[in-house]
Amino acid sequence: MNIPYTVEARPDTGLHNGKLGIWLFLASEVMLFGALFSAYIILRTGSVEWPRGELNIWLGMANTFILIGSSVTMVLAWASLKLRNWAKHRLYLMLTAGLAIVFLINKYFEYSEHLTKGEGPWHSTFFGIYFTLTGLHGLHIIGGVIVMLYFLGPGAKLWERNPDQFANRIEITGLYWHFVDLVWIFLFPVLYLL
Amino acid sequence: MHSDPAEVQKSIRTYLMVGAALFVFTGITVGANRLQLAIPAAITVALLIATFKGSMVASVFMHLSHEKKWIYGCLLLTVVFWVALIFIPLFTTMDTIGTPNASQRAVPTEHSTMER
Repeated sequence: MNIPYTVEARPDTGLHNGKLGIWLFLASEVMLFGALFSAYIILRTGSVEWPRGELNIWLGMANTFILIGSSVTMVLAWASLKLRNWAKHRLYLMLTAGLAIVFLINKYFEYSEHLTKGEGPWHSTFFGIYFTLTGLHGLHIIGGVIVMLYFLGPGAKLWERNPDQFANRIEITGLYWHFVDLVWIFLFPVLYLL
Repeated sequence: MHSDPAEVQKSIRTYLMVGAALFVFTGITVGANRLQLAIPAAITVALLIATFKGSMVASVFMHLSHEKKWIYGCLLLTVVFWVALIFIPLFTTMDTIGTPNASQRAVPTEHSTMER
């Protein structure tokens, strides 16, 4: 069966189906993270005191640089496909996946440090919301890495059969990835600095 | 979103410049934090910078600066619900913000002092 509008735009929306689909998904993601940010605001404004300086700012800042860098390489991976430069696309997508893995390794060290000091989610309200927000964000990073590895591996075959559809899939992956970066842009100051 | 290769080629420079700006603003966020501003001022500055950075990611990397109206409509609806999600629970607790709850006032225990 041929799924329609995977490449060409639907006449009514002016969009291919995948793109509208990912934006609807991202809208639900805004609500998911929005609910947790709302919980954070209530917990913080409702507490008599709130700890500052519990987290390693430099590690958080390094992870911010890593995610921003990965967003740049992701958009360049898509642009390379539009320019029909397959080698560059592969390089940028590999860089994006690599940076995402470095982010997760940093997070692993950060979590380990806190857990060995007994600062797990049970320790305090602050660590409870910290592990919930960053844990959920980390799961999104893992999901993104899996999708990127798929497009570097078996999913890459689509490029030979239907390059435009493949470019659309990379664009959709990119939209998801930039959203994950965008969430971190807010998580970093909220958890590490304030 | 650009589909024409010439347009895409031009956009690459914009992507790199926005990436560089995001790095700089991350540095500014951390720098502002080192100034030890009062908490309300620190929150305002950090969130303003984060909002500016987020809008750059959304408008340039996610191509929201030139998208179709269906996507804007979908996002507008999301913003409406998001604002309700953030503020309605806050209104319900506004009268007790900053006040320890009854059990904490009655029996200050070692456990309650650890709860921050």
